[in-house]
Amino acid sequence: MHPIRKKRLTIVLFLVAGLAIAVGLTTYALRQNINLFYDPSQIAAGEVPVDVRIRAGGMVEEGSVVRDPDSLKVEFRVTDFSASVPMEYVGILPDLFAEGQGVVAMGRMDANGRFIADQVLAKHDEQYMPPEVAEALERASKGQHKAADAEKAAESAAY
Amino acid sequence: MWQWFHKLGSPKWFFGIATRFMPWLLAGGLLLLAAGLTWGLAFAPEDYLQGNSYRIIFIHVPSAFLAQSIYISMAVAAVVTLVWRMKLADVFVKAIAPVGLVFTFLSLFTGAVWGKPTWGTWWVWDARLTSMLILLFLYGGVIALDRAINDEKSAARAVAVLVLVGVVNIPIIKYSVDWWNTLHQPATFKLTEKPTMPMEMWLPLLLSVLGLYLLFGWLTCIRMKTEILIREQRTRWVRELVMAGGK
Repeated sequence: MHPIRKKRLTIVLFLVAGLAIAVGLTTYALRQNINLFYDPSQIAAGEVPVDVRIRAGGMVEEGSVVRDPDSLKVEFRVTDFSASVPMEYVGILPDLFAEGQGVVAMGRMDANGRFIADQVLAKHDEQYMPPEVAEALERASKGQHKAADAEKAAESAAY
Repeated sequence: MWQWFHKLGSPKWFFGIATRFMPWLLAGGLLLLAAGLTWGLAFAPEDYLQGNSYRIIFIHVPSAFLAQSIYISMAVAAVVTLVWRMKLADVFVKAIAPVGLVFTFLSLFTGAVWGKPTWGTWWVWDARLTSMLILLFLYGGVIALDRAINDEKSAARAVAVLVLVGVVNIPIIKYSVDWWNTLHQPATFKLTEKPTMPMEMWLPLLLSVLGLYLLFGWLTCIRMKTEILIREQRTRWVRELVMAGGK
């Protein structure tokens, strides 16, 4: 290669490498600000300020959703499988909201360690599958209840 | 190898090659894209959670792929512009920057349309969405900077530097979903690992992605040929070409 071109190439490579390091360090320093939400372990560890608008996210705990029969109030727990946080929300939930699904909620922590949400977003994961496959998976995971389910189905079919 | 490389830098040589490849790129691209989209939009099974709204993936993912690949190829061309001062590399950057802008916009737009029913919001300032928006602005900046400088050579160098500065954003887009907590889910369509979707969804997606790449190749050839004709209008081969009626 021509020496001038070699020199230019070195300059260009240094430029890109330097930039990459600068941006890398900046984003590393700002990582907590870039995170969209706090996870339940961070909240449990007390990293989250009380009464400041933040986002919290995680998985809706199985069997934790309690709907108030007289209003739109919903209470549930959000977990990352090592800690869990109770949440409260008044309003209409997105269609994908369900137990075992991810959510990201906007709101603030109150003094009692409850998260009062004013917006709840559903977080979708990267898994896509046809309904039949999902059903089959569900059946397989509930294999032990299969016999009981079949009995119940037969019963309801009889009526 | 170097001889081939320098030949590639000749606008006349490229013009001929592009003319020869274009019909194949167009036919292949249209065929694959039509097959992928028909299969994906009409025949692939629906998703167990999202129902039919997930089908936007067949447009969203190919455009997002293109948006990033175009930027990477622009960065490679920018290095060639800066180091070898090859005119054709600059022609390439100028020809495809608007295409990249369109695909970036398309992926942001389809993502927003999908986000509303799925997440419950059109937009959220998470790392993936924000870095993609920065990519859109980078494309806009490249186009604007090129238009702002009249001198061809200084415009080429300024644009090349801007493109190289912006290339840092590409790994950020790619790994944003792994490095930080984001609302956007991690990649579904992966070439290196086992896909997290069944074959009857993955294959039409693959066809759409490949088809869009070929169509992009065709578009690149057309736009580069136009730019070459404008720049080389005073040369003999272009005059002869025009005299011969473009044959």
